[in-house]
Amino acid sequence: MTPHPRRTAGSIALGSVALLALAACASAGGGAATAGATPVDGGNLTFAISVDSQCIDPQQVGNNDAIAIARQTVASLTTQDPETGELSPWLAESFEVNADATSFAFTLAEGPTYADGTPIDAASVKTNLEAIQALGAKASLGSTYLSGLSSIEVADARHVTVNFDRPSAQFLQATSTFSLGLLAPVTASASQEERCAGDFIGSGPFSVESYTPDQEAVLAKRPGYDWAPESAGHQGEARLDSITFVVIPEAGNRTGSLQSAQIDATAGIAPTDLVLFEGDGFSTTNRANPGVVYNLYPNESTPKLQDENVRVAISKSIDRAEITETLLGADDIEARAVLSSTTPFFADQPSLEFDPEAAETLLEESGWELGDDGVREKDGEKLAFSVTYWQSPKEVLELVQQQLRVVGIDLQLKFSTIADVQAAQATGTEDFLYGNLTRADPDVLRTVFSARGTQNNNHREAGEVDDLLDAQAATSDQAERQKLVGEAETLLIEQGHSIPIYQLSTTIVTSDRVHELTFEASSRLDFYDAWISE
Amino acid sequence: MNRYLAKRLLQGLFVLWAAYTLSFLILYLLPGDAAAIQAGGAENGGVDPALVERLRAEYGLDRPLWEQYTTALARALTLDFGTSTQSGTAATAAVSAVLPQTFALAATALPLAVVVGVALAIASTFARWRWLRQALSALPPLGVSVPSFWIGLLLLQFFSFRLRLFPSMGNEGWASLVLPSVALAIPTGAFLAQILSRSLRQTLEQPYIELARAKGAGSARVHFGHALQNAVIPALTLAGVLVGQLLAGTVVTETVFSRVGVGRLVVTAVNSRDIPVVQTVVVFAALVFVLTSLVVDLLYPLIDRRISVTGASLVNA
Repeated sequence: MTPHPRRTAGSIALGSVALLALAACASAGGGAATAGATPVDGGNLTFAISVDSQCIDPQQVGNNDAIAIARQTVASLTTQDPETGELSPWLAESFEVNADATSFAFTLAEGPTYADGTPIDAASVKTNLEAIQALGAKASLGSTYLSGLSSIEVADARHVTVNFDRPSAQFLQATSTFSLGLLAPVTASASQEERCAGDFIGSGPFSVESYTPDQEAVLAKRPGYDWAPESAGHQGEARLDSITFVVIPEAGNRTGSLQSAQIDATAGIAPTDLVLFEGDGFSTTNRANPGVVYNLYPNESTPKLQDENVRVAISKSIDRAEITETLLGADDIEARAVLSSTTPFFADQPSLEFDPEAAETLLEESGWELGDDGVREKDGEKLAFSVTYWQSPKEVLELVQQQLRVVGIDLQLKFSTIADVQAAQATGTEDFLYGNLTRADPDVLRTVFSARGTQNNNHREAGEVDDLLDAQAATSDQAERQKLVGEAETLLIEQGHSIPIYQLSTTIVTSDRVHELTFEASSRLDFYDAWISE
Repeated sequence: MNRYLAKRLLQGLFVLWAAYTLSFLILYLLPGDAAAIQAGGAENGGVDPALVERLRAEYGLDRPLWEQYTTALARALTLDFGTSTQSGTAATAAVSAVLPQTFALAATALPLAVVVGVALAIASTFARWRWLRQALSALPPLGVSVPSFWIGLLLLQFFSFRLRLFPSMGNEGWASLVLPSVALAIPTGAFLAQILSRSLRQTLEQPYIELARAKGAGSARVHFGHALQNAVIPALTLAGVLVGQLLAGTVVTETVFSRVGVGRLVVTAVNSRDIPVVQTVVVFAALVFVLTSLVVDLLYPLIDRRISVTGASLVNA
């Protein structure tokens, strides 16, 4: 085992640093009036969410709104810098990864405790990871991060080593997420539904005071919390006494409630309503979600999409700038790679360009000739595809439909519910899958694209790109990983496995009373530094 | 009377069974299942098939349809409707936890709807001027056809966002009940007014009313002394529908006003194919419907002595 002292994590971002710094300009933190103001302790912040998924257990949730609540209740082994992607100590005061990324050794800081007073020791880390494995499918994110875990060695109270039976470079970043956030050992024996209902003991700056599904969750400041990561805006207890997350499902109600000061902040303002909050007592903060951008995954087991020319032609026919300019918020930008610009190891992919003429040439090469109705055809078959999707705004794909029509491709759309989309996908005959996936680690590419993985969104045979995806998971050398990720992305685009469209972003709108409500590296909300002025 | 009640009880049980079975079939036939939704998370388009299979096994969705149905039905007979696939709690507990909130909403909206509906129906036939009668009788169709979420948003915009008289969300205190119950009472009251005013108009054309007028009864005496009592019967017949409409109305009202309740619960449950929770709500709604109809039928003889409940069935003597 070659030790990589934690300092090496500093090089994690490498070439992407400049770009990330650029993206970070837009994510300086909630409250434009923050600069120079002296933070005030105390008070309650009311934050509106749109959906309640009936569960707030950090180790089980996967929905953005539930994550906003859950994230505040747990501390993690590591923390990730939102600007550089660098992983640094939180509950673990240091960590080491071996060369082939199969073994991760953590040294725990002395002092931190769970909310019931028990110390956060090595044995409790083991208990947590085992509990997540036991939750299995219920911990849909966490159990993915732990896939391949072979053993957990507890050397003494402060030293724990996690071993995998295959390379798993993503695990280090996973330890910074809420999904692997630490809960008191006694919680491991609570039932899955008790934990969902908020009956868990955390380790973070806030604890659950009450949770009424569909109505509200109230978090109270954890007295004695004193183990914030060095990168945090302050040390010690959280500044707010409490946070009230109210569930407001109706978009118009969220807008009106914020305008009339019945809530202090929300991330659920419709893009069309954002203009109402420009200045005049409100401020907005935007950050792109890291991970895989919104993209179309061609189903390569269908005859027409087996042809690389067709897939690449579709990608080249999409005018991404037109989509973001006409349909999305002022801060939203088009996809510049398969990964979004806030993802560690992000680099621009120049081959991703709008070039309808090249698209037409590719289609002619494959024998698709323009028919009388403007749709291309070959051997009597139309160049027509269908896609079922639920993601808002639904107009994005409607514009893609118009753009593809220009080069003679007919894209049929069906806007539906999540359940319908998943049922359609289960048949395996749908032409495309549409979606994004948030994760601040490039291994997210392997999750969705790898032909050797369980998802295999392209329904394809393994090839060169899968070797690259496996290789990036197996190296803890940051420069090497950067190179491999870039090469994999280039192949994904040039072979048309991914048809990227735009970057999902999160916009928080706050009243000017709210300060320092920020995004963490995964674009989840962080209330630890937040404060509220009278 | 006892035989009548026994028969009604059997009918009621049949309705409950039918509601349970139909909702089971519909939910089963709808595309998508709870396992795929749970495994897919909130954003990722793709799902891990192995994960879905594990969840399907956990929820029992991998068994044959008839087996799922018979075991579920057998348990339902012991009032166990299964476990919510979203939260893991018992479905009956999930529903009964929010029932008081919906009951409070319905219990304030219903009297409001009855008062407004009856008043509007009487005013639209009783008013002295023809133009006023016409104007008033145009209101119920309007109230029925305007979307209730729009009414809700208008009320919010004016009374909550602008005047800040009432909160825009939540279940706390009577103040949070005012706007939702008004929003819910409008379509329900309009529906009642529509039925009652039509039946009043028909009654007022009856020969016995002519007779009463000829005998010199004034308009008020004709209305309240003679017509109303008879006109009320058709409206009462539809009480079950009215209560059903009220329950259905809570879905939109609770969503717009961010209130906890059965309506909100059922929306999330349908969207995530949480069959146990949906079925608990459906059976509960059917039970309310059955009980309302029974109460109404038992009330008829008290209102109109010509109607009596005999051994076999309701007889209009």
